[in-house]
Amino acid sequence: MKAKNQRLTLLVLAIAFILGAVLLAMSALKDQAAYFYSPGDVAREGPPAGRAVRIGGMVQAGSLQRAADGVTIHFTVKDETPHTIPVRFTGIVPDLFKENSGVVAEGRFDQAGLFLADSILAKHDENYMPPQLDPKKGEHKSGSLK
Amino acid sequence: MIAELGLAALWLAAALSLLQLGFGIAVLRGEEGLARAIRPIAIVQALLVGLAFLALIQLFLRTDLSVKLVAANSHSLKPWIYKFAGAWGNHEGSMLLWVTVLALAGAAVALLERRLPERTLIATLAAQAAIGLGFYAFLLFSSNPFERLFPVPVEGNGLNPLLQDPGLAFHPPTLYFGYVGVSIAFSFAVGALVTRDVGPAFARAMRPWVLAAWIFLTLGITAGSYWAYYELGWGGWWFWDPVENASLMPWLATTALLHSVTVLATRDGLRAWTVMLAVVAFSMSMVGTFLVRSGILTSVHSFAVDPQRGAFILILLTLYIGGALTLFGLRVGTVKEGSTFEPVSREGALVLNNLLLSAVLGIVLVGTLYPLAAEATTGEKLSVGPPYFNTAAGPLALVLVAAMAAGPLLRWRRDRLREVAGRIALPILVTALALLGLILFVPGLRILPLLGLMLAIGVGAASLAPLWKRKLLRTPLFTWGMVIAHLGIAVALAGMASESAFTKETLVAARVGETVRVGPYSLRFESVEPLAGPNWTAVEARLVVRRGTGAPFVLLPQARMFSSPPTETNEAAIATRLDGQLYTVIGKPDGGGRWQLRLWWKPFVTLIWLGGAMVALGGLLALVGRVRRERRSGRQEAWA
Repeated sequence: MKAKNQRLTLLVLAIAFILGAVLLAMSALKDQAAYFYSPGDVAREGPPAGRAVRIGGMVQAGSLQRAADGVTIHFTVKDETPHTIPVRFTGIVPDLFKENSGVVAEGRFDQAGLFLADSILAKHDENYMPPQLDPKKGEHKSGSLK
Repeated sequence: MIAELGLAALWLAAALSLLQLGFGIAVLRGEEGLARAIRPIAIVQALLVGLAFLALIQLFLRTDLSVKLVAANSHSLKPWIYKFAGAWGNHEGSMLLWVTVLALAGAAVALLERRLPERTLIATLAAQAAIGLGFYAFLLFSSNPFERLFPVPVEGNGLNPLLQDPGLAFHPPTLYFGYVGVSIAFSFAVGALVTRDVGPAFARAMRPWVLAAWIFLTLGITAGSYWAYYELGWGGWWFWDPVENASLMPWLATTALLHSVTVLATRDGLRAWTVMLAVVAFSMSMVGTFLVRSGILTSVHSFAVDPQRGAFILILLTLYIGGALTLFGLRVGTVKEGSTFEPVSREGALVLNNLLLSAVLGIVLVGTLYPLAAEATTGEKLSVGPPYFNTAAGPLALVLVAAMAAGPLLRWRRDRLREVAGRIALPILVTALALLGLILFVPGLRILPLLGLMLAIGVGAASLAPLWKRKLLRTPLFTWGMVIAHLGIAVALAGMASESAFTKETLVAARVGETVRVGPYSLRFESVEPLAGPNWTAVEARLVVRRGTGAPFVLLPQARMFSSPPTETNEAAIATRLDGQLYTVIGKPDGGGRWQLRLWWKPFVTLIWLGGAMVALGGLLALVGRVRRERRSGRQEAWA
């Protein structure tokens, strides 16, 4: 093979590989990127059950309940709309997770509309707002359960 | 006084880097007389910026609160090691560390590099100075670490407790040596493009520098992974966090570069591709720096959110990458084409390695940047996490590892498929036996861990094959390096697959006196006590652990509350055994007298970091072997 031809072949191969990788990446992204939903969003166009998403809002006052096993909690997330999301989480919650404060949870909805959280994100700061609700603030991840 | 001294040294270093760039351009335009000045300038510049860095460390050690940076990030009650390491546990300090390493790398080239033609060397040092100049400007105009504060506060704000760990003393400098070390490969590539001097001699000169940067990157990533594993208390060793990806992407690119530079050095092939990879590798370092330092991502690494700084780094990134790509576009046509090669040959395998590594790099890059792009264009908030990276990059990585097993068994120039088949038969047999054994004796494995374990065993066997029938003592050191690095990948892969397949987890709320089981262990929850450290208070659980009939031992996981800034961290207690780690975390009281305990038994998880260390060791052996051989052949040339 001539040098020029070989270089061309290599170039085409390289471009094909990178394009293939990017296409693979794009299709995986379509399935796997976790979009952010507030309770209002969920009521309007809820994600299908089983898809990895993030939800966020405020923990509703009086909604936090501990299960008998001592490591599972149930609570309700609300926003400025009348809609709410029931959440179940098993694991160690961040220190400043409490009622009437902001929360972001990663996980998926089950068929009944209950959100099964794999992890709860919270910033260790009393004035925390979920970053998706307040773009100026950071977040800190805690209590991931895989 | 020290602060002013540091600032003055920084300004002088910046001025010298301007001089270095100017002289370099002048020499290339024909002012040969200035050439002798360039090496000393590069060395003095490094000394000055080193002085500035020492000044900053001194300020932190003294907790000089009249300096804004110290007041914002330190505290007089902090243990001295964190005062010391805290000097780079913040935005300004870490950028100062960045330019310090950059200048040191430039000085190292000026001092040590003797094989590169003089003009290419000067162009290289000029390119290095151009990079330095941008970062000096960044420090001096938007991130001055020596800024004074008035009135002087009574006490400092303290350091992020997650960073108050001995890891801070090693992880960032190691990673920076890698990150910034890649800049040398970039400068070499720019230098070679400027003087149109891309060939085997250039590749042989560049290779040790690429190897050195790659060793540091490998160590930095391995150490960072272990640090996250034990410090964050989530039991995971890799989170596909954008900040981790920021260190993985330069590593992938540098790994590809390392292999293509070998093709260029040995067979004079892949000329343009190698130069391109050097540019890409440094681009990835810059993208990493941008992601981590701009505050565009929120993590333990982003110390400050300041859009102006982000914009500054983005401009630098565009200038350097754009400039290098333009130069590449203009000059690549005049780079003479290298030799061609056969598909079935070592070169062919290395091309496959490069293509696969580039594809993995593309996937990681897309996944890392996509959320940023989506938010910038559509305003949609989303996050891309492990499910994406594992499904998209995992299978490709396994193919890559399989190719890695075959590559070293191929001959340079041309090989026959039949002979290759003969050499590769034994590793394939081992792989098949491994698969059979795993299916028979370890039922219920998921597909990725199964393939991972199978490949780890097969590749482990294959990576030793190049030593087959060789006299071990006479085998060149760089061959040993390759064997050990490839074996390290197999070892790490075994650790990853084992961790993902066999980890046992227990999460319970337990009363004092109860016994909890995880894997082969039973843990008696003896007591829980309050505790106070120099700048924190904690609760500490006392767990008496037994495995079968073995002697009991004690683990003491803590939950710490730091006072400045108010934060809490989990200090996991970890017992390391030959066959894995027992990882324990204490959580919250449940209000009814019970405490949450989270326990993992992770069989062979330590292989992950052992493998990483082996990869770095392999790199080191290769580096020593290459440098020694170059020395020897240099001497022979001198005699001839």
